[in-house]
Amino acid sequence: MKRDLNTHRTFTRRALLLGGAQAALVTGLAARMYYLQVIESEQYKLLADENRINLRLLPPPRGRVLDRTGVELANNQQNYRVVLIAEQADNVAQTLEALAELIPLDAYERAKVLREVKRRRSFVPVTVAENLTWEEFARVNVYAPDLPGIQPDIGETRAYPYGGKMAHVVGYVGAVSERDLTGDPLLELPGFRVGKSGIERTREEYLRGKAGVSRVEVNAFGRVIRELNRREGQPGEDLRLSLDAELQNHMMDLLGDESASAVVMDIHSGEVLGLASTPGFDPQAFNIGLTQQAWTDLTGDPRNPLMNKAIAGQYPPGSTFKMIVAMAALDAGLVSPEQKIFCSGHVDLGNQRFHCWKRTGHGNMEMLDAIEQSCDVYFYDIAKRVGIDRIAETARHFGLGVETGIEIPAERKGLMPTREWKKARTGEAWQQGETLVAGIGQGFVLITPLQLAVMTARIANGGFAVKPRLIMDSPESGETVTEPERMPIGRNALQLVVEAMRRVSNVPTGTAFAARIKDTSMALSGKTGTSQVRRITRAERENRVLRNDELPWEQRDHALFVAFAPTSAPRYAVSVVVEHGGSGSSAAAPLARDILIKVQELERAGRGSLATVRPQAEGRG
Amino acid sequence: MALVDDRRNEMTFFQKVRNTNWFLIVLLFLTAGFGIAMLYSVAGGKMDPWASRQAVRFAVGASLMLFVAFVDIRIWLRLAYPLYAIGLVLLLIVEVMGEVGMGAQRWIDLGFFNLQPSEVMKIALVLALSRYFHGLNAEDVQRFRWLLIPIVMALVPAALVLVEPDLGTAILLFLGAGALFFAAGVLWWKFALVFVGALGAIPFVWDRLHLYQRERVLTLFNPERDPLGAGYQIMQSKIALGSGGLWGKGYLLGTQSHLNFLPEKHSDFIFTTLGEEFGLVGGLILLGLYTAILIYGFAVAFRARSQFGRLLAVGVTTTFFLYLFINIAMVMGLIPVVGVPLPLISWGGSAMVSILIGFGLVLSVYIHRDIPIPRRPGLDPT
Repeated sequence: MKRDLNTHRTFTRRALLLGGAQAALVTGLAARMYYLQVIESEQYKLLADENRINLRLLPPPRGRVLDRTGVELANNQQNYRVVLIAEQADNVAQTLEALAELIPLDAYERAKVLREVKRRRSFVPVTVAENLTWEEFARVNVYAPDLPGIQPDIGETRAYPYGGKMAHVVGYVGAVSERDLTGDPLLELPGFRVGKSGIERTREEYLRGKAGVSRVEVNAFGRVIRELNRREGQPGEDLRLSLDAELQNHMMDLLGDESASAVVMDIHSGEVLGLASTPGFDPQAFNIGLTQQAWTDLTGDPRNPLMNKAIAGQYPPGSTFKMIVAMAALDAGLVSPEQKIFCSGHVDLGNQRFHCWKRTGHGNMEMLDAIEQSCDVYFYDIAKRVGIDRIAETARHFGLGVETGIEIPAERKGLMPTREWKKARTGEAWQQGETLVAGIGQGFVLITPLQLAVMTARIANGGFAVKPRLIMDSPESGETVTEPERMPIGRNALQLVVEAMRRVSNVPTGTAFAARIKDTSMALSGKTGTSQVRRITRAERENRVLRNDELPWEQRDHALFVAFAPTSAPRYAVSVVVEHGGSGSSAAAPLARDILIKVQELERAGRGSLATVRPQAEGRG
Repeated sequence: MALVDDRRNEMTFFQKVRNTNWFLIVLLFLTAGFGIAMLYSVAGGKMDPWASRQAVRFAVGASLMLFVAFVDIRIWLRLAYPLYAIGLVLLLIVEVMGEVGMGAQRWIDLGFFNLQPSEVMKIALVLALSRYFHGLNAEDVQRFRWLLIPIVMALVPAALVLVEPDLGTAILLFLGAGALFFAAGVLWWKFALVFVGALGAIPFVWDRLHLYQRERVLTLFNPERDPLGAGYQIMQSKIALGSGGLWGKGYLLGTQSHLNFLPEKHSDFIFTTLGEEFGLVGGLILLGLYTAILIYGFAVAFRARSQFGRLLAVGVTTTFFLYLFINIAMVMGLIPVVGVPLPLISWGGSAMVSILIGFGLVLSVYIHRDIPIPRRPGLDPT
């Protein structure tokens, strides 16, 4: 009995201790609960939201690129595509096979989709096919109920209605690369495209717009449960170019298969109405992604379709440079317009002989005759008198050898040599013979077709330093167009050159008389140029100089022509360069003529802003 | 005397019903109801797949509990050892079949029911140890040789469960047995010895732990060291609890659990959903229910006239306490993650039924509290 009493007492004591310990531990749990849920609560609330809330970017529609009349040069089109949601499909491989009956989908593509499906979570849509035709898309829509997991979907893709006709100016978009990343999270969206060349690249930020944001709730696997709220983005802005789509189209057709370029600009405003470079290329191909073969074909083509020759092609200007030499000479007062220089067909300097293109010689030449008939000997002579540095200074005033600052990338600045340049470049002194060669636009001198157009515009507008531009109105460039400055070039020199150019294409002895515009109200004034690509050897000269059509293509002369029109009240300047085209008068001048006719016809048809007369332009002489 | 004995020793059904501790039953029902409501929530507001089946199990378990409660306590004394033997055999069967199964084989498939022998053993061990200590007098309990048998009795099933492997249940068995030894009056210094011995065994045990178990211990001290693996559970669990705040996000509105950030949200980690949706207030209400159940369990023990009843009540109650403490401490990041369900709340049949049967025994102790039981069979108490 006593023992049992002991046992009972011990039990009571021990049970109380046990219960007390349990009470203490439960209190500990409550304290921990208080710590987590009250003291640390804010921090955990934040973590919970970080867990569950994802920000999804809503890509804004890209701004369109328009021509000066509002025609779309780049827009966004519906991209009919098919996506697959694996978790809704009973058998992905079978579904794909059934789909292949409806749309082109070869075994390789099907395998690619299958691989992708395995990599992704089963609720993530995988793109099966893109850029379907409407018929294909409609077919998929009809059969979709029988194809579990298949979902027709409409996305947006960049489209270029004019294809290769505008590609060099408008550019193209492509997948974002490492160096495109600017911190804008939009760029990290899969499938996002950014401008890679042309206006698409230089005005990327403007066209892109601002991303919208959708806050979505996601579960632990990343599946979107619902949208919490959404802030719409800002669509990209439309951009209007000075280009005229119809003119540009016409120019591209004119240049055709040649490796050539042409520029048309308004001589008063600098607006570039046409900027053609052939051959073109399909900008859409870059958007979708080029195949290796297509890339090799493009880069391996000797006619270099990817290069915008109008701004990046650098050529010896040939005789088109003679206006510069003439003005340099007149301005320096070293030659009077009436001064006669005798052309015997060549001149000798030391032991070197410099030939005129006319082997028999032109006889006595005044400056107007010399430009009109493009006498080389005359310009050898006056270039020698003026010197290379003065020539270079005048050339710079007219925009040669300096970047024009046009709003598309990859512009080259050509080369206007000086004594200093040669010394720095080669360490050798300038040779007088090099001045002679430069005097007829050969040797070191290199220009771009755009610079030639600028030069012509500045001559035709009476010596205003007009700058070329492609963008009509955007906050960036719109109101900042200032009155071009008058250049320090004598009015007499300009008038003489303008008159000489009139004669080139309007008097029977002129080099471009054959390419004149017969409607005198549209008449053009121009200057031919033929620049030698190969060196003609003395032996060849003594025997017989090979004609261009006897030479392989890449050794033929470049054909150049610059012009403005109408002669009576100049408005448009044009330059044409046909690589290895032969002579300027036969290969380039007719193209320039057709272009100038077209642009004037467009103006007469009252097309867009071409018809609008700018008061400030009229005020100038 | 005979009349008194009759009244005390043989009770009518009506007497038993009147004698039942209905308040404890109400507490158990409330807690289980809370659990079913939580299972409804973690299923995204659906009875399927958990809440409805849990309700059925609770109904079955509660019936068993009442049946067990009305069976005379002396019958349970008599059955204590046989039940323990059955439990051991079942554990051995699992051990043999475990080689066939994958990973941890803890169940025996009975077709309609997956029996978890370790759950049977939780009750059987308490019964067996209660019976053993009931048979010892105060002096015997002090003697070491009398302790050898119960030590073996406790260690064998604990070891069997440990190799399953089910660390949580093994700890539960070990600590539950320890509590019984303590309540029975085993001397203090012996516990101190075991404690020191346990400290000394830590390196040895560490070597024997599974890799994932070591990970769990290491991540307890620094959950961020493995945020996608072992640390993920505990991080997300703390986020769920902490973000619940004082009042919680509201019933069915817990984002952590509904968006599947929480693993095991319906079983071992269900307390986090509760904490997320009902906040500190909800957690304290559940702790309050548990505490009330614990107090009633101890109260039953103090009212019992036999040592067997007292030890049985304390043993079952302490086992219940160990369940809830280990589970809640685990989800709050206080102890490593071990597989122990939240009693009466977590999804799972065996644990629910074994807990209810355990409380059936406690109720039986209460109903038959005044029945004296001789220390040795056949001997009348004086």
